[in-house]
Order: sequence, then C-alpha cells, then structure tokens
Amino acid sequence: MSHVRLVNVTKKFGDVTAVNALNLEIGKGECFSMLGPSGCGKTTTLRMVAGFEDLSEGEIYVGERLISSPKRNYYLPPEDRNFGMVFQAFAVWPHLSVYENVAWPLRIRKLPAAEIEKRAKDALRSTNLLKVADDSPANLSGGGKQRVALARALAINPDVMLLDEPLSSLDPHLREEMRFEIKDLQRKYGFCIIYVTHDQAEAMALSDRILVMKLGVVQQIDTPFDVYNKPANKFVFSFIGLSNFLNVAWQDGRTFAHGGAAALPASLTPPEDMRGRDALALASRPSEIAFVSEDDEGGLRGVVSRKAFLGEIIDYQVKIGEQEVRVQKGRRDPGPELGEACRLRFLRPFWYAGKE
Amino acid sequence: MEIIRVEGIAKSYGQHQVHKELTLSIERGECFTLLGPSGCGKTVLLRLIAGFEVPDAGRIAIDNTVVTDPAAGINIPPDQRGLGVVFQDYAVWPHMTVFDNVGYPLKIAKRPKGELRDRVMETLAMVGMSGLERRLPSELSGGQQQRVALARALVANPSLLLLDEPLTNLDANLREEMRFEIKELQRKLGATVLYVTHDQEIALAISDRLAIMDEAGRIRQTSNPWEIFERPTDPFVFNFMGIANFVPVRRAGESFLVGGGEQLIPWEPPQGDAPKWVAGFRPSDVQVAPEGTGIRGTVKRASFLGAMMHYLIEVDGAHLRTSIETHEAVAKGLMFKEGETCVISFRDLLWFNADSLAEVVKQ
Amino acid sequence: MSPITRKSGFGVAQLLLFFSISILVIVVAVPVLLILFNAFWVDGEFNIGDVAKIIMEPDTYQALVNSLIIACGTTIGSTIVGTFFAWLVTRTDLPYKGFMKAMFLVPFMLPSFIGALAWKMLLSPNAGFINKFFINSLGFAGPIFNIYSYLGIVLVEVMYLFPFVFIQVCGALERMDPTLEESARISGAGLFTITRKITIPLVLPSILSGALLIMLYSMAHFGTVAVLGIENGIFNIPTLIYHKIHQSGGSFDSIRTGTVLATVLVVTAALIIWLQGKILRKGHYQIIGGKSFRPMELKLRALRVPLLALCLAYIGFTIVLPTAVIFLVGGLKTYGLAFTWENLSLNNYKFILFDYKVTRDAIWNSVTLGLSAAVITMFAGVMISYVIVKMKVRGKGILEFLGMLPFSVPGSVIALGVILAWSGKYGINLYNTVWIILVAYIARYMAFSLKANSAALEQVHDSLVEAARSCGATMWQSLRDIVLPLVRPGMLAAFFLIFLPSLRELTVSIMLYAPTTRTIGVAIYTLNEDGETVVSAALAGIALIIIIVGQSLINRFTRKAGT
Repeated sequence: MSHVRLVNVTKKFGDVTAVNALNLEIGKGECFSMLGPSGCGKTTTLRMVAGFEDLSEGEIYVGERLISSPKRNYYLPPEDRNFGMVFQAFAVWPHLSVYENVAWPLRIRKLPAAEIEKRAKDALRSTNLLKVADDSPANLSGGGKQRVALARALAINPDVMLLDEPLSSLDPHLREEMRFEIKDLQRKYGFCIIYVTHDQAEAMALSDRILVMKLGVVQQIDTPFDVYNKPANKFVFSFIGLSNFLNVAWQDGRTFAHGGAAALPASLTPPEDMRGRDALALASRPSEIAFVSEDDEGGLRGVVSRKAFLGEIIDYQVKIGEQEVRVQKGRRDPGPELGEACRLRFLRPFWYAGKE
Repeated sequence: MEIIRVEGIAKSYGQHQVHKELTLSIERGECFTLLGPSGCGKTVLLRLIAGFEVPDAGRIAIDNTVVTDPAAGINIPPDQRGLGVVFQDYAVWPHMTVFDNVGYPLKIAKRPKGELRDRVMETLAMVGMSGLERRLPSELSGGQQQRVALARALVANPSLLLLDEPLTNLDANLREEMRFEIKELQRKLGATVLYVTHDQEIALAISDRLAIMDEAGRIRQTSNPWEIFERPTDPFVFNFMGIANFVPVRRAGESFLVGGGEQLIPWEPPQGDAPKWVAGFRPSDVQVAPEGTGIRGTVKRASFLGAMMHYLIEVDGAHLRTSIETHEAVAKGLMFKEGETCVISFRDLLWFNADSLAEVVKQ
Repeated sequence: MSPITRKSGFGVAQLLLFFSISILVIVVAVPVLLILFNAFWVDGEFNIGDVAKIIMEPDTYQALVNSLIIACGTTIGSTIVGTFFAWLVTRTDLPYKGFMKAMFLVPFMLPSFIGALAWKMLLSPNAGFINKFFINSLGFAGPIFNIYSYLGIVLVEVMYLFPFVFIQVCGALERMDPTLEESARISGAGLFTITRKITIPLVLPSILSGALLIMLYSMAHFGTVAVLGIENGIFNIPTLIYHKIHQSGGSFDSIRTGTVLATVLVVTAALIIWLQGKILRKGHYQIIGGKSFRPMELKLRALRVPLLALCLAYIGFTIVLPTAVIFLVGGLKTYGLAFTWENLSLNNYKFILFDYKVTRDAIWNSVTLGLSAAVITMFAGVMISYVIVKMKVRGKGILEFLGMLPFSVPGSVIALGVILAWSGKYGINLYNTVWIILVAYIARYMAFSLKANSAALEQVHDSLVEAARSCGATMWQSLRDIVLPLVRPGMLAAFFLIFLPSLRELTVSIMLYAPTTRTIGVAIYTLNEDGETVVSAALAGIALIIIIVGQSLINRFTRKAGT
C-alpha cells in the first residue's frame, strides 16, 4: 500500500530542471533511499516532500490527502504535515537543553504536560539520551547531537521520517553504528523513511528500495541487491561501487580492445543486440575479476602495472594494451607480482554502448 | 645508513606532554610513515624534525649533523636544514604564480636565472603541471595546488622530504591517484620520505616501513606494511590497522571456549603466559558456511553493501563480524538472512593478552 | 648545512616585541596612567575621599547621570530599530532588500555631530525649519518638538548608531544555518513562533554585543550632546570634561575633575568591553554550518507595502532630509532666509575653499593630520599585530594586554591624557601645536589598525611562512616575500579606516586645538557656536562630500582587492 505518492513532480530553478517528471510511490513503513551525485535533485525532492520548496508541476499525496499542488496553488505548510526530519548539520537548537529540544515540538502542539513528558522521555530513552537530558546539546559529540535531532523527530510520532544526509557529518565508525540505530528505531516505531544520501554503501545497507537519480531524471528504482547486480544502465553501474570500463569494438565477428591488437577471447562476446557497434564498453567490478592460469583460453592477457597492499585487499592495476583495468583481491588470494604478465577472467561482464 | 636519528625527544605544551623519551631512526632512501590517530603527536614530531618547534629535551640529527639539542644549545633554524616540506593545507603562496612559487627556493639560494628557469620547468613537468606556470594558485584545483607544493619541495633536490598529511584535503579519487604519484616520484628520485598520516590505507600503500603511534605519542610498532598488518605485536596496532574482532575466551584445560558457551575455539592455543587471553582476527579471516565443522553461531545482522556482504554473528554471547564478497556469497550459497544459523572456522587468528586489550576497547 | 648556530638571547623577536610595547606604552598607556594618577593622587598621596567628593558635586554627578540616561536610551532605541530592520532585510520578502541594506549602513559614514547640526536646524524650538513651518503656516501655538532635550539627543544618536546592531544581527542571521529554523517548522511551529522562540534567542548574543558597542560609543560620545545639549544645560561626561578644561584654561581643579570623569569613563568602557568579550565567547552558539539554502522568508502579504513605506520614510527622514538641509543651509546668504532660488548660491562654498583662512587651514590641517596619523598607525599596527598574532616570544602577554587598551579608551580620555603627558611637565611641550593632535590621533585610531591588521594576519596561515622557511628563506626574507605582500590589503584597509574618520574627528581635536590648529570638525563646531551657521553648514557639506567620495573609492578599491 502506498503511503507517500509523487505524481509527475517537476521542479525548475529558472532554466534548470532540478527534478523532471518524477513518479514515485513509497509504502507504509518502507525505508526508501534517494541516491545520486550532488546536484542530481535528490535533496530538492526531499525538500518538496517536506514542504520547503514549491513544485513547478505535479502533485504530492500522503495517503489520500493532497499536500502539494501548484495547479491548485495548494501547499499544506511544513508545520502541518506532521513529518519528522533530520538534517545533515544536526540543527539542534543550542539555546535549549537536550530535553527541551525534544519536548519543544510537543509544546508547540499544546499537548498536556504529562503527555509531553511521557513522549519526550520515551524518545530520549529510545535514543539513549536520558542520561544527558538536562545537558546543553553544545556539549555533545556529533553523534550525540544527531541522536537529539532523531529524538526530536521521533517525539511527534510521525509516520513519515525525512532524513537529509543525516550521517555524512559523522566519522565513519559512528556512521555505521547510527545506521543500525536508525533501522532499529524504524522497526520499533514503524514510520516510513525517505532517506537522501550520496553514500551508496549507506543506502544499500539501510533501504528496502533505492532510487538512483542523475540530473533530475530517475535512472532506476529497485531493491539494493538488484540495483547492484542488475544495474539499469551504465550510469547506475558506475555510480554503485567501483567499476572498470574497457573500451572495445566489434569487428569481423570478434571483439577487440581499443589500443590493443589482439582480439578478446571468445568468452567475452557482447550480447546480440550490442554487436555491430564499433564503440562498446565492457564493464566489470574490480572484485569480480579473477587471475587465471596462463593456459586458460578464456583469460584476457595483461601486465600488472601497479600493485598495492592495502590491508584487507590487494589492489592491482593491469595494463590491457593501452587501457588499464583495476582488480581487487582479498589479501589471501594469490596474484601476480608487479610487472608480471597475467590473464584476467571477467566473472560477470556487462556491456554498454558508447565509449567511456 | 640512517639519515634521521631522533633520540630521547621530549616535548610539552603547557601541561600537555606530547612526547617523552621518543627515539626513532629513518634509513636513507626509504619511504617511512608515521601513522597514528589524530592528536597523537605525529605532526609535532615532523615539526620538530623540520625545525618549526624546539624540543624540551633530546637530540635530532640529520645526515649525521646534530640539528637540535637543547642541552647543548644547538638549534639550527629550518631554513638551514635543507629539507623539502609539504603541508596539509598546501601552503602555496597565493600572491605568487606557480612559477614563482616553485622557483622561490632557488631564488633564495641565488641561483642564476637560466638555471632556475630550467630547473623549475623540469620539476613542474615531473609533477605533471607543465603549461600552468603562469597561473595563480586561486586558479588551480586542490590537487593542482598540492602538486605545486610538491614541486616546490622537490625543486632544490633535498635529500629528505617531509610530508604532513598532504592528501587529507583532497577528494577520495584524487587521493588515491596522488599517493601512487608520490610513491613513484620517491622511487625515481631516490629521496628519503617521511610521511605523516592518520590514514592506514595510504600508509600501507606507500611505505617501506611504518611506525604506529598511539594517543599518548608512544611508538607501538615499527616494521614493514605486511608485518604491521598481519603480525601486530599488540592489540592497539591490530585494531588501528583495520576492522578487528576481539572475542573473549575461557580456559578449559589446554583449550579455550568461546564466550559463555561450551564450544572450543578451533585454533592452536597461545604460547606463553597470560592470566587471560583474547582471540583477535579480521572479518575476512572468518569463514562462514551453512553447515559443517566449526563453531555454531547465529546471524544477528546481515548488511548488503554492494561488493561486500557484512554479517554480525553471535556465538554464545560473543559477537564477531565477518565479510565476504557478494559474488562469492551468491555463488557459494552464503547469502544468510538475519536469524539463520551458521558454522564458523578461521583462516588466521592472533592471541592477545586481555589486559593489554582493555585500553584499546575503552576508546 | 651551515655550521651550528647558537640561539641568541636577544634576537629579532625580542626587538620587535620591545618596539611594540614601547609604542603602546608611550602612546596609550602613559596618558591613561597619568589620568589615573592625577585623579587619585593629591600631593603625592593616595586620596580616594577627594574623588568621591568630586563625583558628588552637583554638576559632575548630573553629568554622570546624564551620560547614563542618554547611553541607555540610545542603546535600547538602537537595539530595537537595528534588530527590527535586520530581521526585515534578511528574513522577509520585503522588496528592494539589497538597496535597503545598503541605505541602512549609510549612517555609519555620516558624522553624527553634523547630523545633530542638521537636526538643530530642523527642530530647534524657535528657529528650526519644521517648528517654524508648524507655527507659521499651520498655526500651532508653539514648537512641535524641542530637539534640545534628552529625547532629542537620544533620537539623533539612535539614528546614527543603530547600524552597529543592524550589521551584527544581519551577519548572524545571514550566516545562521537555515535548517535550525526549518527543523522548528517541521516540528510544527509557524513562522512567528519560530522567530520568537528560535531565531531571536539564537542571535541574542549578536544583538547584545552590538548593543554593548552602542553603549560604549554613546557613553563617550561628544558631538551630539555638545551640539544639542549644552544649549539647554545638558552635559554628559565628555562634554563636561571639555567644558571644564576649555572654560578654566587648565586650572588644577578643573583638570582634577576632568581626570576623575575620565577615570569613570575608562572604568565603564573596560567593564563593557569585558562583558562583550564574555558574551561573545560564552554565549556564542555554533549556528553556522551545513548545506546552504536560502533561509525561509516570511511572506509579509498585506504588510509588505506599509513596511516598505516605513523603511523608505525612515531612510528619507534620517538620511536624506538632514543631508539636504545641510547643503541647503550651506547655500543660504544668511541663516533664517527662505529656501528660494534668489537666496541660494554657491558663494559660501567658494568662500570656504578659496578665501576664508580659518576653513582653508582647517581642511589642510585635517588632511595632513589624517594622512600622517594613518601612515604611522598603519605601520605600527602591522608590527604590533604581527607580534601578537604570529610570534611565539616570551613577554607577549604584556603586549596582548596593552593591545586591548586602545579599544577601551574613549577619545576624550585620550585627549585629556595627552594634555597631561605632553604639556611640558615631562620635558616635552607639544601643547597648542599640531603634534599633540597627531599623537592623540595615533592613540585613538590604533585600535582600528590593530583590528584590520590582525584580521589580515590571521588569514596568513602559519604554514605559508613555514613553507618559506623550509625553502631556505630566513625570517626576514619570509617576512618580506610572504607576509608583507599578503597583509597589504589589511594595511590599506587600516589606512583608510583611519584616514577617513580622522577627517571628521571632533572629540579629540576639540580639546587640543589652538587658533591655528583647527581641524574640519573643530571649525564646523566653533563656527556654529559663533553663530556663523551658514558657513558652518557649507563646511559640513564639503566634509560630507569628501567623506562620501572617499568611502565609495574605498568600497570600489576593497572590492577589487578582496577578490
């Protein structure tokens, strides 16, 4: 059942189309992420849902209720949408104590004092803040501040929680911890999350579904697993995770790498609909390339031009003709030495039209 | 042959003691990294060597010449130590062109104009900045500014190059590219590099040897990258170099039991004497299987991160993390769901004294 | 590598420190100490009872009370006006906000005593143009407003001082992270609630710090009270000091009273500065950060046009009207004539510039004094700031303390101090020469120079100098090649920050001038006192032109240098 519904939502800033005809349905209790490089329109979309930006075209509904419509010039003001929202820069009010930060939205709603205390304490307990309730948020660490912001958003018991890069101001260690906390809170309270981030690992770990966006246009909406394993296009492939693109051409029924004379092994043949083009990209993930023995006919020949021990992984750069392919292996996996010739097998090749 | 010798250095700022009795030596021609968490005093040490700070006690010698020794009243100012220094914030002079920035050390040394010009152009070519010599720093990207800083440090052919977190302000892609370039330059020029960073990946990638410093400014281990990563001498180093599992064990005769349960840890027991032991291992050294021999556990959390699957597994009250490449997990049927049971074995495991672990876990 | 050098005991650093301390001691500390000494020591003995007696004398006591009344009134008024306008131009959809913001900053450049002169012409009970218009043309029985009153003084001071609050609050509101307000909105609060409960509390430290600046300024302010108050017997501390010294020709008793009053001023100023520092350090919330969006704008809707009209009326009334009056009166043949074409000419302006020795001397004096003071203070300031900001040298603490001094010593105190120090009692007599004014100017404007130069030096990161050192440059070479070129914009800013205000300086010059050493400010003031209203207005007009032209040159210049 869809809860938040965006119909044909478009946003223009002057001549620039920040979001182009976006259609989206987000279910109750779903964790939905919007992922893309900066300037792709993900934050603008979130701010339109929150009510901070007007729409140029389209409509937004929550349940059956219309909340934004430029056609009818109707915008439910942000303060009446009953959403929770957490911002990248914490936005915790420094002149109020931790407790007052969380209680303030309830005071605004003029709830009875006992109710305010109960709900504020409940939210503080869920975020492990009861002990510091009377402190000034200025004394808290980044993670602590972000917990206050979360508690404040929880207190009003929203059924939609908008998260605008809430973890990108935290250090990596804390980021992972908070990610699990957010997920646990969602399980406990059952709200639906709309999560904006540029960190693909974060989106993958947290979300039920992911929207990948580029220049205001939707590229793919799918589960994290399918976004990674079945990317809809070359952009999605390159944006999610590390990627290699080997420029190749299809000639006389065989594939040739640009800048290298020898033909690619028969195992590397593009699908039928791709053949006949002279500009193709053979895409692969550095972790999904194996070193195979010299007599494996399916292997592509190359020379190791760089090798670096990075701890858990060993990072190779292999020269294929004039082009370079990056390979990453676990530290225990055998691999060639610097300058050595080797053969690569692409475990899961993807084919895309056009040069990189 | 050693090029830098630091002996018994002590340095305090007011009440705060950054270093005491610190000793270190760096060999000629090697790329040596000082690696440690922020605030551990690694930058202070670099500044002491450069001459921007004066130690309270101890002695520093460069090329067998004592450059600072407070007890003997010796302190050679930084401009006479003949070093190249590159700073985290680039420190490129904004009012000078790229050419003037790079040429400054030669100008100060009063080299003839023609020689100066040739040498500057040659150095700029070396760092890939040819054709940009007329630009002002404000017209350059962060990466280009850092290249200018690098060229300026190299232009006078110093035998020793000090780099203070030079890549921290660059974005991830550029950082990766630059670290290889720095390594490449160092090899080509045969210069000695002292590199200071808190980023363990960079340190592993470029160093011939590295020293790991803790928060108190003590050097915990000095060795080559492989030894540091695979054979750390204490849990601090093990923990600092990557994601680490520390699992508490109980002694049962000659063998050890995991957590609070009755399952034996499938690894050789530790040598030596300690009242309490802790097993340490990397997530990648944990092998999971749906069934078979090994210790039984439950998947508490399964996180799909794209290329990797991360699992948090509970074994009799102890929690451990493991990671596996997604394509491998799919191929071998290792895509566990939360709540499923699994069997664990180890590829590698290190024993640490539980007492020495306490301070690591506290952080 | 060169042979081992031993660290010398007395090097460049110590030399710079020594010079810096000497300058501040001679120029600022000695005069202030002499004031304290003269106030508390009688016949070589510490005597506090005498001080209390002087303070309790009716006219001294009244002056203290007046200073307090005027300062408090001005502070409250300016804070309300400044905060309101700042909120209006940063958080609402008021039209022409950019223009409004620029206009609200104009009073910064206008000398308030010239403003006071204009208001005297407009609203003096008998001769003021507005009052006359109401009495003669509209049949009112008496003047509608008497500018020679507490309220009159406070209103005029508010008009010229409110930008101190305005600029601080504007800055805070513009830098404030908009998500602080947005998160309040999403929490369910409307915009008015947010303004009251979130926005204003968050910028309160900025409001208070601006308010304290105004308090400090108003306590020590001479011009407005001198022009509007003395007529009606209203003195504040600076005007009473002037009155005492001027009337008595330097008698011991009057100097004594002066030093006691000056002591009160110094103590209050120090208190205010201390309080301001405390508020800025402790109360300043971290409200900057995050992604930048345009902050939410309150839609004024029906109030949009009325508020626009209010702003325009305010600008017209406080800036355009007084300025126009000055120029018009400056064109009149005699004061009191109607503003008709026959009565207006440029003769007064010609007379001032080419024929009248008093005004020509005044202009010459002001320009040469301003230039010399600006150059000297600029160089001294850059040296002192360098030692304070950049150098690690023992004994810097003393300098840091001395460096605070210029900020908390009001003009009239400096004037009195240099009289005590340089009137021959200690071997050098500069009294009645331009040199005494120059020394006082240097002391008065040192704060500006220190501020501009330390701001510029803070921008020069230590690693820039260290990079030069590691390239083989000695300390002097890196100063010459790196530091000086980089702080040049700060030095130029300091130069103009001193040169322009010194052209209109009144508080210090009025206490130190001799018949041949009048400055522009003194000439305007004394000509007006002598009843030469039209000539005085014409000179004020010329001063305004110089200031406005100078200011716009700087603006263009600093914009270019800033990029």
